[in-house]
Amino acid sequence: MNKVQNNKAWFMVLPVLVIVALNAVVPLMTVVNYSVQDTFGNNVFFFEGTRWFSEVLASERFHGALGRQFSLTATILAIEIPLGVAIALAMPRSGFWASVCLVLMALPLLIPWNVVGAMWNIYALPDIGLLGYGLNWLGISYDYTQQPLAAWFTVILMDVWHWTSLVVLLAYAGLQSIDENYYRAAQIDGASRWAVFRYIQLPKMKHVLTIAILLRFMDSFMIYTEPFVLTGGGPGNSTTVLSIDLVKAALGEFNLGIASAMSIIYFLMTLLVCWLFYTITMQGEKS
Amino acid sequence: MTRLRWLVPTLYIVFLMLPIYWLLNMSFKTTNEILGGFSWFPAEFTIESYVKIFTDPTWYSGYINSIAYVGLNTVISVSFALPAAYAFSRYRFLGDKHLFFWLLTNRMAPPAVFALPFLQLYSSIGLFDTHLAVALAHCLFNIPLAVWILEGFMSGVPKEIDETAYLDGYSFPRFFTKIFMPLIGSGIGVTAFFCFMFSWVEMLLAKSLTSVEAKPIAAVMTRTASTSGYELGLLAAAGVLTIIPGAIVIYFVRNYIAKGFAMGRV
Repeated sequence: MNKVQNNKAWFMVLPVLVIVALNAVVPLMTVVNYSVQDTFGNNVFFFEGTRWFSEVLASERFHGALGRQFSLTATILAIEIPLGVAIALAMPRSGFWASVCLVLMALPLLIPWNVVGAMWNIYALPDIGLLGYGLNWLGISYDYTQQPLAAWFTVILMDVWHWTSLVVLLAYAGLQSIDENYYRAAQIDGASRWAVFRYIQLPKMKHVLTIAILLRFMDSFMIYTEPFVLTGGGPGNSTTVLSIDLVKAALGEFNLGIASAMSIIYFLMTLLVCWLFYTITMQGEKS
Repeated sequence: MTRLRWLVPTLYIVFLMLPIYWLLNMSFKTTNEILGGFSWFPAEFTIESYVKIFTDPTWYSGYINSIAYVGLNTVISVSFALPAAYAFSRYRFLGDKHLFFWLLTNRMAPPAVFALPFLQLYSSIGLFDTHLAVALAHCLFNIPLAVWILEGFMSGVPKEIDETAYLDGYSFPRFFTKIFMPLIGSGIGVTAFFCFMFSWVEMLLAKSLTSVEAKPIAAVMTRTASTSGYELGLLAAAGVLTIIPGAIVIYFVRNYIAKGFAMGRV
């Protein structure tokens, strides 16, 4: 659309700017402030320069949390995106059953995150939870409170349960926008199921899938409440992802300098990945 | 192949419903029965937990507080985002693209990072432990989202409509409320839905910004878990009740949900 040049439009954006700036800039400055200072208590601070940053970047603990974070996010994306697309493809296109599917599938998205964690905490218990009991009944030794691998599996399964529906809804919305005539034309040409997917459905879904991947990346990178309530980061450190580690450092050990430096590194990383992704897909769309 | 297609969504829905069923199942059991062992159905069916929640003010006030700040946040987010989204969809102005991306970056800010500074900020301006504090804090991620979605819907409305209205002598506020807002009515609905959703499910900030007066349901649940041992039946019932407001909202917007994000353009 042709937009008119009008700098007075700033006045319409101003209220949003003020409220978001209050929420974003002030706390961010606080974090930056802490990240370069140290204290002996009594609110006496002195400048520390980049000491916290180099300490964080060199620490084993940070590398561990970072590694776990990236493998969690990668696994989640690798499962949820294809699964969500497959389910959206198999869903009825209209009518009563389509509504039923949508309502039921959206349900997990609206459950408070701490309830999701608490729910899975019990659901996966080997003695009284359906999942844990069922797996052990099948002869698989499974106890997420003791086995790191089982804990890892439970966190991923919980996230798939919680968030795949978002991908389904988005992919479904993309499919809905395809005109019926495309399918008819494909049928006349004798196109295979795969060709229909590759040349009609996938291009139409490209835009919404971009949104899905971005949202899932951001949210899984920030994930805190659900795994914290589910496993508390354990057993050991096996499910301690970045934000859990961060809150441990900030509120558990009250190590503000380290925690703030971690926050900033963390935030910059999210920003960088999203910016890269955003720029690459935008360029792809232009050409 | 195609005949078995219904199986995929069906299996997926079963997978989604099982944990919810388990929660429901537990909420009708006594805590002793839950801890006693595995069973598919409650042996002695009881609604004691629900009765307790609906009669004990410390419990039901948690729900009222949560709904209060979620409602407040939805109203603030949508009404602030409307003019901003209009500006982004209709005008070019100095720094518009940068501003838009900056707004989106706030959607990426991890609440875990901001919990502590938020606490200091809202304490210093005297809003700690009020509904308004939580509602304003949730604007951090809801306003960018609202602007994003609304801008998509608004760009779908041809600009000729604006121009015709101005020629007919409409002032901007009258045009906006009488003509433009009804046109993007479904977009406003979808935006409100997503604001409701993200504010309702976020508990970390809500918990750290409140102590007594505006305590959300999540904080009540954690406190119960720690003070009176694990009253699992009660916790399960409280969990089931947190699902209900969301379920009601989904039912009303079911036809628009899927459109929401799809219409907003990245």
